[in-house]
Amino acid sequence: MNSSRFRRWASGSAVALVLSLVVVPAALGGSATAATSAPPTQGVKPLQSVGKGEGTLNLIAWEGYAQPQWVKPFTASTGCKVNVKYAGSSSEMVSLMANGGGHQYDLVSASGDADLRLIYGGNVKPVNMKLIPSSSQFRPFLKSPSFNTINGVHYGVSYEFGPNVLLYSTKTFKTAPTSWSVLYNKTYKGKITVPDNPIQIADAALYLSKEKPSLGITDPYELTQTQFTAAVNLLKAQHPLIKKYWDLASQEISLFQNGEVVAGAAWPYQTNTLQAAGAKVADTIPSEGATGWADTWLLATNAPHPNCAYKWMAYASTPKVQAEEAIYFGETPANTQACSIMNTLQKGGCAAYHANAPESYFSTIKFWKTPLSTCDNGKSNCVDFTQWQQAWTQIIG
Amino acid sequence: MSDRGLRQRAGAALWRRPWLRGVLTLSPPLLWFLVIYLASLVVMLVTAFFTVNSLTGNVVYQWTWSNFSQILTQSVYGSIILRTLLMAIAVTITDILLALPFAFFLAKVVSRRWRQLLLGLLLMPLWASYLAKVYAWINILSNKGVLPGIESKLGIAPTHIAYTNIAMWIVFSYLWLPFMIVPIYGAFERVPDSLLEASSDLGAGSWITFRWVLLPMVLPGIVAGSIFTFSLTLGDFITPLLIGGSNSDFIGNAIYDSALNGGNLPFAAALAFVSIAIMAIYLLLARFAGAFEAL
Repeated sequence: MNSSRFRRWASGSAVALVLSLVVVPAALGGSATAATSAPPTQGVKPLQSVGKGEGTLNLIAWEGYAQPQWVKPFTASTGCKVNVKYAGSSSEMVSLMANGGGHQYDLVSASGDADLRLIYGGNVKPVNMKLIPSSSQFRPFLKSPSFNTINGVHYGVSYEFGPNVLLYSTKTFKTAPTSWSVLYNKTYKGKITVPDNPIQIADAALYLSKEKPSLGITDPYELTQTQFTAAVNLLKAQHPLIKKYWDLASQEISLFQNGEVVAGAAWPYQTNTLQAAGAKVADTIPSEGATGWADTWLLATNAPHPNCAYKWMAYASTPKVQAEEAIYFGETPANTQACSIMNTLQKGGCAAYHANAPESYFSTIKFWKTPLSTCDNGKSNCVDFTQWQQAWTQIIG
Repeated sequence: MSDRGLRQRAGAALWRRPWLRGVLTLSPPLLWFLVIYLASLVVMLVTAFFTVNSLTGNVVYQWTWSNFSQILTQSVYGSIILRTLLMAIAVTITDILLALPFAFFLAKVVSRRWRQLLLGLLLMPLWASYLAKVYAWINILSNKGVLPGIESKLGIAPTHIAYTNIAMWIVFSYLWLPFMIVPIYGAFERVPDSLLEASSDLGAGSWITFRWVLLPMVLPGIVAGSIFTFSLTLGDFITPLLIGGSNSDFIGNAIYDSALNGGNLPFAAALAFVSIAIMAIYLLLARFAGAFEAL
């Protein structure tokens, strides 16, 4: 083949390749849009009784959510072999489920900021809570929270939760700071760290709800354009004070260990790890309250192993598993009966992870949920998740 | 027909038709190149023209320029691209300046035995994990690290380099230095010693010799090395993540964020094409400088 003929042949096949790539997706188009009016799967009839296990269970979970100490007994008693795909962020969970993973996985341990995206995306379906006996022992506010229950329909089973705390160096702060304002205070320029996550805008909004009542912020995840702009501007003003936006808990731990920062937004996990290593730090929930995460086992719409999935949801709700998970990860179980077991696993474990705290403690936590354009009051003037994401890029860029 | 006869006939057929031999030997790598390598790039280019439903993360298969116009119009992407580009240039220049004397020493000054030892030492860091090397630098630069310790012993005010763009510049320059030294060393080795002697016999000083004799001859080696340092820095996202500060996002980080955290593969694909475009321009320039003759 001479070179000009080859060139013609090559460009011809390249064009054909491009065309085939374009035409096929275009033909599939249209099915990908989702309405926010009602979850697409809301009419799906949930399982009425749990049958024999399928022998396999595929999970998408946070790292540390499927440890051998509670997975092995589960497999032994139900015959369901557990396979886990770990995800690093809420958004990764959503894309795993949205990009075809829904046909492969049975359950996903999504946090509140991913739940509504999965529910309105039609990736998860209703769950029959009658088949989860231990759910009656759950804390009242986790029985049908708005991030996994819509119009009385449950799309998953609450699991564990925790607050985002204000972590500070006890060398710099002799007494616990009482306000999140330290994170916006120029005194600590270059000594502050916050997570690299769009949901951080809610933290700014929470602070503003008390600092500037005139903005009228009642829910940090439902912001009008004015409220949203105020929160974003606060974070832009905070940018010069930030040492680093952390992506991994271990980064924040080493920042505090090396004395690079004196205050930051953190999970209790970082506090526990740092204190165990002898670092002079403590954490607090300031007077404005705190944001937090609450995880839910959500059931995939096309779950290939529904019986094993129900067996897992029921098992993961029992006090023993909830206690083991809480101690391992450093969070609070939904099941109120887990407290005494936590104390046997780790001395003072129940109190350390707030499992015995009164209900009023939890009402100070504003749990992560997906920002939607439709607010809870029915008006559609709230800022949605796309804009949160774009604004966050602008803030940290 | 016997097996042997068939083999002989096939061999004869191949001998008579050289083009058939060419097709048979070239087609597996060519197929690999077209199907695996180019096709995936084409898929990426096509994806860059789609969008996602931000709430559900589903890809919306509708042609749009919105990803590219977003990159061009939002100033934040301009500053990310500029930062990445400037860092890649700064690291490349630093490594050239460090590598030139080292490579010259290695090729022209030391004895053969020492040369082998030094080359071995030079390549040794490549055996260590990238992450281990970056973490080692965190330990050197951070507040309780080696550098502030030395500074306080000497009574110098602490410099607070960790988690800044200067830290990234140091770490990148360190990481990619071997990739610059090796091609320049190769280029120096190809310069005959007699040229240096002739230059000195004709009365040229060492600077004149370097500028007008050596540099033109090792330039292809320098450009070849710069392709490594430039492209490796341009595509990196781990070093900014680990030792960068609050103003350190690279194109790679923006891609990582949109693909993994944002679940927005189309936008990540559009961003990837910025890197590809920059690299294509760089390679064209390198071609003019004769870099590929030295590879």
